[in-house]
Amino acid sequence: MGIPFNRAVYYFLLTDIAIGFKLGIKYFFKPKATINYPHEKGPLSPRFRGEHALRRYANGEERCIACKLCEAICPAQAITIDAEPRDDGSRRTTRYDIDMTKCIYCGFCQEACPVDAIVEGPNFEFSTESREELFYTKEKLLANGDRWEAEISRNLELDAPYR
Amino acid sequence: MDGFLDTGFGIFLIVLLQCLAVTVFILVCLAFLMYADRKIWAAVQLRRGPNVVGPWGLMQSFADFLKYIVKEIVIPAGANKPLFLLAPMISFVLPVIVWAVIPWAPGWVISDMNVGILFIFAISSLHVYAIIIGGWASNSKYPFMGALRSAAQMISYEVSLGLIIVGVLISAGSLNLSRIVEAQAGGWGLFHWFWLPHLPMVVLFFVSSLAETNRPPFDLPEAESELVAGYQVEYSSTPFLLFMIGELMSVFFMCALISVLFFGGWLSPIPGLPDGAIWMFAKMVFFFFIFAMVKAIVPRYRYDQLMRIGWKVFLPMSIGWVVLVGFFAQYGWFWGAYQRWAIGG
Repeated sequence: MGIPFNRAVYYFLLTDIAIGFKLGIKYFFKPKATINYPHEKGPLSPRFRGEHALRRYANGEERCIACKLCEAICPAQAITIDAEPRDDGSRRTTRYDIDMTKCIYCGFCQEACPVDAIVEGPNFEFSTESREELFYTKEKLLANGDRWEAEISRNLELDAPYR
Repeated sequence: MDGFLDTGFGIFLIVLLQCLAVTVFILVCLAFLMYADRKIWAAVQLRRGPNVVGPWGLMQSFADFLKYIVKEIVIPAGANKPLFLLAPMISFVLPVIVWAVIPWAPGWVISDMNVGILFIFAISSLHVYAIIIGGWASNSKYPFMGALRSAAQMISYEVSLGLIIVGVLISAGSLNLSRIVEAQAGGWGLFHWFWLPHLPMVVLFFVSSLAETNRPPFDLPEAESELVAGYQVEYSSTPFLLFMIGELMSVFFMCALISVLFFGGWLSPIPGLPDGAIWMFAKMVFFFFIFAMVKAIVPRYRYDQLMRIGWKVFLPMSIGWVVLVGFFAQYGWFWGAYQRWAIGG
């Protein structure tokens, strides 16, 4: 007799199925783990690395000084910067493009920036219908900065003690 | 008016309307059962399931239905076109036909035939043809392999399903489904039904019907996570919808069959309460819930395990049970619980 008697009894009494059914019913009435995504959203860390933005000072002056550190450190080479002195003699970008299809969202540009100009904001819902729309220009990035400034500055402030 | 309804054409019209009523009722039920199936599955996995279309997502099945019928029907270049389109129609029509003999309440049956069980088996055996034809006519190797697996599975389990029913037939002494239900009537309500004397066979019947309808844990022909879709690989749009409805309808039919054979059909479980179609429907929905729960909690069988349990466990057990019930019924053992012959004795 190779078959253990106990196992045969469990097999024919469907013990495993009964236990599984009980467990299934228990989970049936548990609160759901998923959220109603477009209506409810999960919490985001202040360090969340989402869509890029170029920030301004409080007086409206753009922060970027065209040092090109972000362009240099970008591992995906997604950033392209051209710079010229402005009429008042300050050094400014004439072109600041980020190819969002190349970007890997590593956050190195934000780390490299000496003046907190380029940052990755909390926005992750920026899908587009065409590839071209993902080639961000300076205007688009500055507009993002204006739009998300409140959240970005709060996140930077919250994260400051850990930097 | 009475005169007209007694003529051949009048009777034909009445039967036609009855068929239409049952079919429409079943199809509407199926839409919500499909939704319930997905919701139950989701709930056990801590998901939400469909909840966008309509209140609580109740209209999900209708949205799916519209999606399926407006999609393009793709017919593979090498496929046998007539057979390719015939297979889903067979698969849809056969499960509709068998509802003709299911009694909902005393007299509420389209065809109160004396060989109801035989009719059900004659029709549901043909269901294998839809699968074989569909797999073969696709002219592609994966559907064909899927069809072979599916056919082998369905034929294997039809054998044990048939033998399990024989036990009930011996007890009831009739092949007529209404008589079988009436044989279960008695003073003890719930405990007078056939599930108590035939308890081991209820479980066997349930598991066999899971395998017969290709439901999890025996959904090997279309194991979503491992294979593509078995015999339906090349199907899309309305033909695919017909296969799917056919499959779900045979699941619901199996729920009806379990209710009628073992759980007293339209009889009320508590002696004081009135009998009626509502009980029949409630029992069917309850068994559908069990079907859906099993889908959520049981892991899939291996193919050799499936065949082993079909031929080496279920078949000997059901044959042995038939012999036992034969003795029990003939000599009236167990206070005549196995001897409830409707006619003769």
